[in-house]
Amino acid sequence: MAEFDAIVIGGGLVGAAIAYGLARAGIAAAIIDEGDIAFRASRGNFGLVWVQSKGLGAPHYQRWTRLSAEEWPALARELGERTGISVGLEQPGGLQLCLSGKELEKRHAMMKQMRREAGNFGFEYRMLDHTELAEILPGLGSSVAGASWTPYDGHANSLNLLHALHKGFIERGGAYLPNRTVTEASAAPHDFRLQLGGEMITAPKVVLAAGLGNAKLAPLFGLSAPVRPQRGQILVTERTHRIWSLPLGSLRQTQEGTIMLGSSEEDVGFDTAQKPEIMRNIARRAVLSFPWIAQLQIVRAWAALRVMPPDGLPIYDQSEEFPGAFTANCHSGVTLAGAHANAFAPMVAAGALDPVMAPFSAKRFDVPAQA
Amino acid sequence: MFRLRPEVPAATIVVEVEGRSLRVPEGASAAAAILLSGLASIRDTPVGGSPRAPFCMMGVCFDCLAEIDGVPNRQSCMVVARSGMRIRRQRGARNIDPAEAPGELPSFPIPESRSGGA
Amino acid sequence: MSVDFAIVGAGPAGMAAATLAAELGLDTLLLDEQGGPGGQIYRAIDRTHAEASNPSPLGADYLAGRSLVADFRASGANYRPATTVWHVDPDGALSVVSDGVSETITARRVLLATGAIERPLPLPGWTLPGVMTVGAAQILLKTADIVPDGRTVLAGQGPLLYLAAMQLARAGAPPAALLETTPHENYHAAARRLGSAWAGRRALAKGLGWQLALRRAGIPVRHDVRGLRALGRDRVERVVWDGGEIAVDYLLLHEGVIPNTQISLALQLTHDWDTAQLCWRPVVDEWGRTSLPNIAIAGDGAGIAGADAAILSGRMAALGLAAALGRIGEADRDRRARPIRAALALEQGFRPFLDSLYRPAPSVLAPPEDDTIVCRCEEVTAGQIRRGVRLGAPGPNQLKAFTRCGMGPCQGRVCGPIVSAVIAEARGIPIADVGTYRPRAPYKPVTVGALAGLGAAK
Repeated sequence: MAEFDAIVIGGGLVGAAIAYGLARAGIAAAIIDEGDIAFRASRGNFGLVWVQSKGLGAPHYQRWTRLSAEEWPALARELGERTGISVGLEQPGGLQLCLSGKELEKRHAMMKQMRREAGNFGFEYRMLDHTELAEILPGLGSSVAGASWTPYDGHANSLNLLHALHKGFIERGGAYLPNRTVTEASAAPHDFRLQLGGEMITAPKVVLAAGLGNAKLAPLFGLSAPVRPQRGQILVTERTHRIWSLPLGSLRQTQEGTIMLGSSEEDVGFDTAQKPEIMRNIARRAVLSFPWIAQLQIVRAWAALRVMPPDGLPIYDQSEEFPGAFTANCHSGVTLAGAHANAFAPMVAAGALDPVMAPFSAKRFDVPAQA
Repeated sequence: MFRLRPEVPAATIVVEVEGRSLRVPEGASAAAAILLSGLASIRDTPVGGSPRAPFCMMGVCFDCLAEIDGVPNRQSCMVVARSGMRIRRQRGARNIDPAEAPGELPSFPIPESRSGGA
Repeated sequence: MSVDFAIVGAGPAGMAAATLAAELGLDTLLLDEQGGPGGQIYRAIDRTHAEASNPSPLGADYLAGRSLVADFRASGANYRPATTVWHVDPDGALSVVSDGVSETITARRVLLATGAIERPLPLPGWTLPGVMTVGAAQILLKTADIVPDGRTVLAGQGPLLYLAAMQLARAGAPPAALLETTPHENYHAAARRLGSAWAGRRALAKGLGWQLALRRAGIPVRHDVRGLRALGRDRVERVVWDGGEIAVDYLLLHEGVIPNTQISLALQLTHDWDTAQLCWRPVVDEWGRTSLPNIAIAGDGAGIAGADAAILSGRMAALGLAAALGRIGEADRDRRARPIRAALALEQGFRPFLDSLYRPAPSVLAPPEDDTIVCRCEEVTAGQIRRGVRLGAPGPNQLKAFTRCGMGPCQGRVCGPIVSAVIAEARGIPIADVGTYRPRAPYKPVTVGALAGLGAAK
């Protein structure tokens, strides 16, 4: 029976970032992770560190996202120095293209609301029309009506991030236990015993970061994590020379030179099959945005399942019934890596979430929707 | 270097490999033309800059990527050589010209933006 | 477009299936990415001009493909060459692209007949220009009548090694040497399968004939060759092995063939690790049916058994579908299947002997030296994979995320088997437990424009 100071269930971007933060704080932590074939949202994401559309109607989420974006450079630098892996962070600001006047209007209204809700915290944005955009985006398609821009957005290499977090975790003494699932758990305040098939591990703290697996695990620890899968598909083109210096929301160019095309949302349960019609729609929006993209070959594509809470906002919680149990759930594991490593992990280390996290609790689903 | 079997009276066409004209049998692939030309390698790998030449000739290994008639990243073993074809070394990442018109595209409606809370 | 029966791959299995299916009244479509029929074994069979005065160096077995093609052409089956399948839906819809235009074809049943690929032989220096597969040299001979100019050495094992050496010799480019890697232990194992050897006595005799012919031609053969490596700066210049070396201009490799499982794995069909053939193969019944009701597989893509067996299994697939769709009764199907089954049993009867004689040495599956490149596309070495395993990556897909191994243009076609073997060895578990990559669409690159145009009015 192995004892740890903290057990993190889930080795994806959320679990790895939290575990890294804990290990960095000197806490003897273990990550429990599944095997090679698992849903693993972390292997399928787009790589955006995206701020401008996060938290409409939920200022606490807007602020949490901004905090994460501000923590990101320090995290990236630290990971680079400690592990030698560059996570390729660039935060030049971001543009979200709109392909019709209607889309542009809707986007503008959204930006205005974000600023209103930000209050004194502030929210800087600009709306650009086609002409202004065409000056900075070569070969812009005539269908593009305009775009929203904020200085906060960026992108990174999410696979390198996962690799670096794992490496950093292990190098700080963390124990990585893959190919295991929690078959049984017994919870008591500050005393958690997890059965992993034939072995048992215990700790006074446990963090549920198992993505879609959290839904079933949470009740065992006096928590609730009603997350559901939402499928997204992504296309990747051959490498080209550097064309864009900014991420464009649904399009971005990686440091290797490949161009990633998204985005899509489908409610299809736990199905990671690709659908040519959706791939076609992604390709169409890309071609309408930049006709020259039509010539590029798509060399890779996939479908993955986002971890989606009912209202799209993250669920962060601590168990009242079993103090010491925490959970983190979100669909933006890249964007929120800064917050997870540098803000959430210290809260777990200290034993309790800050009061500022209260709006993220799953208790919000218990009350009837406000009119 | 590869060479034509002298016993075979093959119909040939003329193609260019790295600017040099040469005769290749009709029906031969662009990769075959590369091998006939005596070029030691057709590309350098994007990661390490290592020289590569055709390896499997059946479209599996993607080592034969070359620029053919101005379009890079084409599996030369899967492209049949045509008269006047220009075959060149693959030079790193593709150099696409955003200003260049891509040609006729079928028209289609604008799909919904589904980026939601991305 | 909508058909009863869509077949992917115009090799012997695909052509035989299409021919019989069309004859039985099924609306049949055969698709293939090459410009002409034949798959790889009968590649470019259309252009071969062999007359008595100028016999083809490729041999009679190759020319036998002509009648297969003739029957196919006469059958009434539809044929779309130069058409690449980039996605197969589990319910039987194909997304294809041809000449930059993509379209959807729906079929009541899809038969995958994509055959086999060369087993990768990851020796140090195998990425050097001038190192190719034996199959590549045969394809160049078939498609363009060209041969290597300079010292050519063949290394590896299996019937194809001898066949190709004969073909090159007859074509005026005799190899300078054959380096046969059959471990001497294999002879003992093969000797225990004499019953199987007897089942394939004709093929065995043919193989022995090739070996004799090579000896008569003065081509030196080294046996039980170990520790192969290719050396050179910008191209291969020397081949070295334990106890020998030779200067070369071309090194041709062959360690047998393995099923092409790119599409079957993408569809997440049930696969088994075949411990006799040391490869992954999709699980099929005698009608080629898989774990998905609308997808069937015939030919070497379901397990290596050779061209003649591929023809027979293609016919079984056609019979199975014809009965399933009510074109023929089950009694009729079984009557027709009887002789095919018997012939197949004979063909398959020879496999245990071949598989044990030509079983690859462990170093062919998992290269021992850390410097050896495993993923050719992304230049990931065996050592990097072993490090990834030590970091906890449990399998090929997580390893792909850590090292980029398998993320290059070949989508893991070449490195897949090697990666699984290296991980298995590093973790001390059987390859069967390690698993494979999960390939995804597009199976071959397709342009953003072709994809955008899918289903659009012209």
